[in-house]
Amino acid sequence: MIFASGISGDAILSYLDQFLLGALPYIALVLFFLVTIIRYRSSPFTYSSLSSQFLENKKHFWGLVPFHYGLITVLLGHLIGFLVPRSVLAWNAVPLRLYILEVSALIFGFLALIGFLISMWRRLTGSKIRAVTTPMDWVLNILILFQLGSGVDIAIVYGWGSSWYASVATPYLWSIWKLNPEIALVAAMPVMVKLHIVSAFLIIAVFPFTRLVHALVAPLHYLVRRRQVVRWYRDPVRRLIKSNPEEG
Amino acid sequence: MQVRSQISMVFHLDKCIGCHTCSVACKNIWTDRQGTEYMWWNNVETKPGTGYPSKWEDQSIYHGGWEAHNGKPRLRSTSKSKSLFNIFHHPHQPTLDEYYEPWTYKYEDLFNAPQGDDQPTARPISMVTGEYIDIKAGPNWDDDLGGSEIYAANDPNLDSLSQEERDQLSAIERLVFFYFPRICNHCINPACVAACPSGAMYKRGEDGIVLIDQKVCRGWRSCVAACPYKKTYYNWSTGKSEKCILCFPRVETGQAPACFHSCVGRIRYLGVLLYDAEKIEKIAGLPDDELIEAQREAILDPFDPEVIEGARNSGIDDSVIEYAQKSPVYKFVKTWKIALPPHIEYRTLPMLFYVPPLSPVMHRQTGETVTRVSDKFFHEIDEARVPMQFLANLFGAGQTEPVRYALRKQMAVRTMRRQVTVGDQEDSDVNEALTQADSDREEAEAIYRLTSLCTFDERFVIPPSHRESAIEAMKDPLEHKKEVGFGFIDGPRRGK
Repeated sequence: MIFASGISGDAILSYLDQFLLGALPYIALVLFFLVTIIRYRSSPFTYSSLSSQFLENKKHFWGLVPFHYGLITVLLGHLIGFLVPRSVLAWNAVPLRLYILEVSALIFGFLALIGFLISMWRRLTGSKIRAVTTPMDWVLNILILFQLGSGVDIAIVYGWGSSWYASVATPYLWSIWKLNPEIALVAAMPVMVKLHIVSAFLIIAVFPFTRLVHALVAPLHYLVRRRQVVRWYRDPVRRLIKSNPEEG
Repeated sequence: MQVRSQISMVFHLDKCIGCHTCSVACKNIWTDRQGTEYMWWNNVETKPGTGYPSKWEDQSIYHGGWEAHNGKPRLRSTSKSKSLFNIFHHPHQPTLDEYYEPWTYKYEDLFNAPQGDDQPTARPISMVTGEYIDIKAGPNWDDDLGGSEIYAANDPNLDSLSQEERDQLSAIERLVFFYFPRICNHCINPACVAACPSGAMYKRGEDGIVLIDQKVCRGWRSCVAACPYKKTYYNWSTGKSEKCILCFPRVETGQAPACFHSCVGRIRYLGVLLYDAEKIEKIAGLPDDELIEAQREAILDPFDPEVIEGARNSGIDDSVIEYAQKSPVYKFVKTWKIALPPHIEYRTLPMLFYVPPLSPVMHRQTGETVTRVSDKFFHEIDEARVPMQFLANLFGAGQTEPVRYALRKQMAVRTMRRQVTVGDQEDSDVNEALTQADSDREEAEAIYRLTSLCTFDERFVIPPSHRESAIEAMKDPLEHKKEVGFGFIDGPRRGK
């Protein structure tokens, strides 16, 4: 037994905290930035939403729409808490506003979770959908399911998350960003919260190896793009002589 | 004037025999990969019929193409704001069921089945899941009016016909159908390009071929919903959309596209048209009945010195202008006006034109004798077996006049040739037919020659691509070595 050599169980847990909350975030972030860029440059063909709506339409609607809207809203909430924690705390100073924020966050969390469960059910039961499911999809599905489940669980069990996220988790996340991780900030948190953080960094770590990369190529530029697209393969100078009104 | 050149096409429906050689040629070259089994970039439909995907012409189901809104074209399927809200689930995306589930047979069972009392059979298995399937539909399920009570009767073009006209299509002694081969129309106002959120779809400036950049496509599938002809397809395996590429690697080397090259009936013509790109948006916003004439007007006369100068100004090579002057498509579309765009009311301004088919001559059987129904040798155009309104819905945006004009001219050519080869037509008959058809002997002779005696080189007048001056030539040609198909550095890997 390793404990026999004088290292106590608490020390092991502390090392585990060190690794999961102090080192894993860096491994995840390095992988995320490095691999997405390498993948985008070397195999742009693999960047796709990999939609399976073509193979099954109805459950796709009931699963994917609530999942995406719920998830994006919740992620946006996390981002706001990360960027402007003081404003969030100021907003929460009035109880009614805190209730509104908490309830709506929980609703969107449930939307994401329920939508995701429907899409998992769709993937498990549809033989056509199974045919386009890779092992990596399953790894990702389990991670996301845990992330959504733990998130909703935390929101219910440990209330007022918007406030303590802003006052505890945000400084921790900033400390990681500033290359000086203060694990003590979150080490005393309940296990479920710590697992939520760890699984978030695991998702960031596997992100570039999965279909999640489609989130990085969301077509926002469509909003400002010219309607028609014409590409020339010859003499770029000559074609500039006249503007192309049709592309306007 | 903003002159552009466009490789354009004419399909002469009076010559199509419905053999599907074009479809098979295309399939063998481009769509025999996983995920593309269900795609037919070239397909041949029986009309009346529901087509592929089923009832594709019914835009109340598919929401394809543009609609005119205050004199401007507006996409039916999406818009800038809608596209982002609908990105997680496209409301107008057709599914595999609208096409058909591709299948093969378990042939090994024929060899491996244990000895028994029954013949071994090869059961159909899905090419998506690999499981046994009950085949519900397939490509050309309604070929040659097979099951016409279900399929032909549901043709959206029949909607505006009277009951009498509908009955006429299936009446004994009048029963009729014709073939409608389809590829991508390489439109000049493509709805697929305008709908693509990623900007992966584009029209090539030099020859107007519409392509999907496979490295930029993210599989949002907006093009599939937006194309009213349903000629872009989603590859469920690679998660990218694909479409007819007009065999551009062949066209660039002076060869006709595979479907053109292999056409047994020699119905296909390929040539350059010069058009005015400035007019596109204005035309696409016009009322239905003005569309055909307006598109014809945007197609420019390649002999007009002003057009030639404009073409040079926009960087079109002299050799391309020369080929535009020899273009068979220009003759069919603009000079003779006998080739018409399919469903121009979708406002994508297709650059594939169809010569509408003449119906077989009608006879009536009374007792033992068979007589013609008309005093003239050939029937009157309006008494043809195919109701005029049906053809008008397909090729005239509902207007019968352009279709009648095209058919009358073809009939005049027939009358004139009958006089030459058989000799039972009087000069007066021929002259009357020609005058009625707004034609003369010289023109009729030219139509006859390009329709019946055309050689390979007269049908396919392919301009030089001048790839030698392409900026892409600067790239290392070995860069793309080991690629699969058209442009995959990494082979698609998904699912099994």
